[in-house]
Amino acid sequence: MEKFSSFLFKYGSLIVIAIVILFFSLWDEHFFTYANLSDILRSISIVTFVAIGVTFSLTVDGFDLSVGSTVSLTTVVTAAMMVWFEQPLIVVLIVAIAIGALVGLLNALLIVRIRIPDLLATLAVMYIVAGIHKTYTKGYSIYNNMPMPDGSTAPGVFNSSFLWLGQGKIGQIPVPVILMVIAVIVVHLFFKYSKWGRQMQTTGGNEEAARLSGIRVRRIRTAAYVASGVFAAIGGVLFAARVGTGQIDAGAPMMMEAVAAVFVGYSVFGAGKPNVIGTFFGALLIGVLLNGLTMMKVQYYSNDIVKGVVLVLALAVTFIHLNKRRNG
Amino acid sequence: MQTMSANKQLQMKGIRKAFSGIPALRNVDFILHSGEVHALLGANGAGKSTLMKILSGAYSQDEGTIVIDGQQVHISSPGDAKSLGIHCVYQEVDTALVAQLSVVENVMLDRISAKGSKAWLNWGKLEKEAEETLARLGARIPVRRKAGELTLAEKQLVLIARLLTEKAKYVIFDEPTAPLSLEEAERLFRVIAQLKSEGIGIVFISHRLPEVFQICDRVTVMRDGERIVTEAAAAMTMQDVVHAMLGRVFEEEYPKLEAAIGKPLLNVSGIHLGHQVKDVSFDVKSGEIVAIVGLVGAGKTELSRLLFGADKADGGTVSVNGQAVNLASPADAFKGGLVLVPEERRKQGILVEESVKNNLSLPILSALSKLGFLSGKRETNNAEAVIGRLGVKTSSPEQKVAHLSGGNQQKVSIGKWLPTGASVYLFDEPTKGVDIGAKSDIFKIIGTLATQGKAIVYLTCEFAEAIGIADRIMVMCDGKLVKQFGRGEATQEKLMLYASGGKDETV
Repeated sequence: MEKFSSFLFKYGSLIVIAIVILFFSLWDEHFFTYANLSDILRSISIVTFVAIGVTFSLTVDGFDLSVGSTVSLTTVVTAAMMVWFEQPLIVVLIVAIAIGALVGLLNALLIVRIRIPDLLATLAVMYIVAGIHKTYTKGYSIYNNMPMPDGSTAPGVFNSSFLWLGQGKIGQIPVPVILMVIAVIVVHLFFKYSKWGRQMQTTGGNEEAARLSGIRVRRIRTAAYVASGVFAAIGGVLFAARVGTGQIDAGAPMMMEAVAAVFVGYSVFGAGKPNVIGTFFGALLIGVLLNGLTMMKVQYYSNDIVKGVVLVLALAVTFIHLNKRRNG
Repeated sequence: MQTMSANKQLQMKGIRKAFSGIPALRNVDFILHSGEVHALLGANGAGKSTLMKILSGAYSQDEGTIVIDGQQVHISSPGDAKSLGIHCVYQEVDTALVAQLSVVENVMLDRISAKGSKAWLNWGKLEKEAEETLARLGARIPVRRKAGELTLAEKQLVLIARLLTEKAKYVIFDEPTAPLSLEEAERLFRVIAQLKSEGIGIVFISHRLPEVFQICDRVTVMRDGERIVTEAAAAMTMQDVVHAMLGRVFEEEYPKLEAAIGKPLLNVSGIHLGHQVKDVSFDVKSGEIVAIVGLVGAGKTELSRLLFGADKADGGTVSVNGQAVNLASPADAFKGGLVLVPEERRKQGILVEESVKNNLSLPILSALSKLGFLSGKRETNNAEAVIGRLGVKTSSPEQKVAHLSGGNQQKVSIGKWLPTGASVYLFDEPTKGVDIGAKSDIFKIIGTLATQGKAIVYLTCEFAEAIGIADRIMVMCDGKLVKQFGRGEATQEKLMLYASGGKDETV
């Protein structure tokens, strides 16, 4: 029984993913096709970036609710930079990432310096950032040739190499999928082999012991929140590139998906802690479910139920297991 | 005999208690008269708190009886004890108070929450009663203030007022003066005198001998779960008490490695923090082991944390080798050449869920990595070197530290600092919870560090260890360094006397 439960914790989520894929493949012949599978991967690529950010904050035993709003803000800012201000691609990317870093610094200021509990601080920042993005766009999405307040047409258009980031392909593989795989591998190597990754994990594991071992835990936690903001910003850039417009509220649904992905990831291979490989599989599970359910003609507005249920189940598995280990 | 026990008194007879087979109390008799202040003394682990927990209903005895005013009683819960008029004022006053509620509500809490109490409260009446009770104690506390805003001493008074409203007959004070200032303690003594004059019997537990002799009528000393002596306080001296607490002292043998003592390396000047650490200054030379001894609560752990920058001092400076050390954070202190092996090993010294190797890498991650990436080979080499040097018993460097024994965990907690080149080592109770074999290994490690010219500060409440290992012993009492002994000058009795706030009158 003991063995069975630890086996389940280790491979349970992978088995669930396999079963779900098998189920949808049998249900609909169009599901298990190259086109659809690559579509799923492309659809999860943006959420995976956001979820990587959440992985960083959870690794230092923090939390970041503001990532969804950061996606929304950076999406409209990148669009505005091109459509309204005709800035070159490199400036667009730098500004977007700088915005993500700034949101991270604000979170770190509130959590690490002023010591507001992370959930509350990032809840407030989530609203502030969402408010900024709506105020900035006056509530409108940004698109090519949109009418400006003075009656003229917007001067710029989406840069074509920018659109390639979200829509292009290398061979048969979508570019955002390639970017996602690179990010997952790099961040995995970062956590496993870099001294900074080790310091983050140590800080999250036992902050006092880390501090008394000479680690600058404030700096480390600040870095994690900045990383969280930066990865959310990359998610926002990719979203703009994928859709080709600066959609309002683009990131709103992503916070929940990203958090669910990270907690599903806790149990992948029995890690029992945030880990980026697990996060990827978590995002995959959610992507497969949403795609399959759409094929089954389940209406899109029930998606939130699916995401919520996945999060609850992932949390239940994780905490049942962790509590057992703690008591055992 | 019958007439004797019919007196107003509480009697514990033949109390025995064992925890998983290990006896904590062996046939203890204890008598508390109404209207007396009775000191209950003993070293850590002597059994005094176990005895009082039985009296207050937190534990039940395996054998023995409790008789109050000639009537045998059964106490199987704190509620039973309270209904018999036995109350306890614990040291952690905050656990017994509700910070958000007012003084009135806290004083009358038992009344308000009692079974069968009225559904509607007459606040005017409750307020008046709380005020009167506090006035009886000579305490002027606005009764509508929130308990959380009071000082610690005021909170204590609120608790005492509460037990007065409950018609307490016997009150146990468990180290009530430890967190108080001198004036606050004096005020508490007046309150205790008031309780005494009202005919309440008081058990007074304290480590501070001078105050015991100031306020107590009788003294009972316990040692190793037995009552050693009960005597009128006037008939005893502090030396008698210390002697009874320690019994026949076996001077333990510790291997002392001879180290050449060189120039002053660590200089601590005027470090202070509130009531906990008061103006502490001392020097340690290279190759020298200085022990700072004191009882639990004397401020040793606080001092060690201040010196390492783990907590912020109100003032004072630390320098290593003439260079001032920045105490803003442990990382800064570490940069200045100081390291700390903390008391709470499993919470603070090591990461129990990580491998031995990862633990040993922590302070030197930069040295073990190239361009920010850790070299697995360097990490393993480092771990194997430390494991070999300290004789850590582990199946491999990859072993989780949680699976090691206490002594080996401590070696990891010490070992992580060895490759750092730190010159000053602070050890806070390093032998706590380790077996005898590992203990002597740890002494050897510390001795070896001294021979390498490190300066060692060894903070402990184990006097025998300090005598065995140190070149110099300083006694800490109530946050102050009160006495210094050279090697060979100290005995356990002398150390205990000074640690309890006494003075050696024979010198």
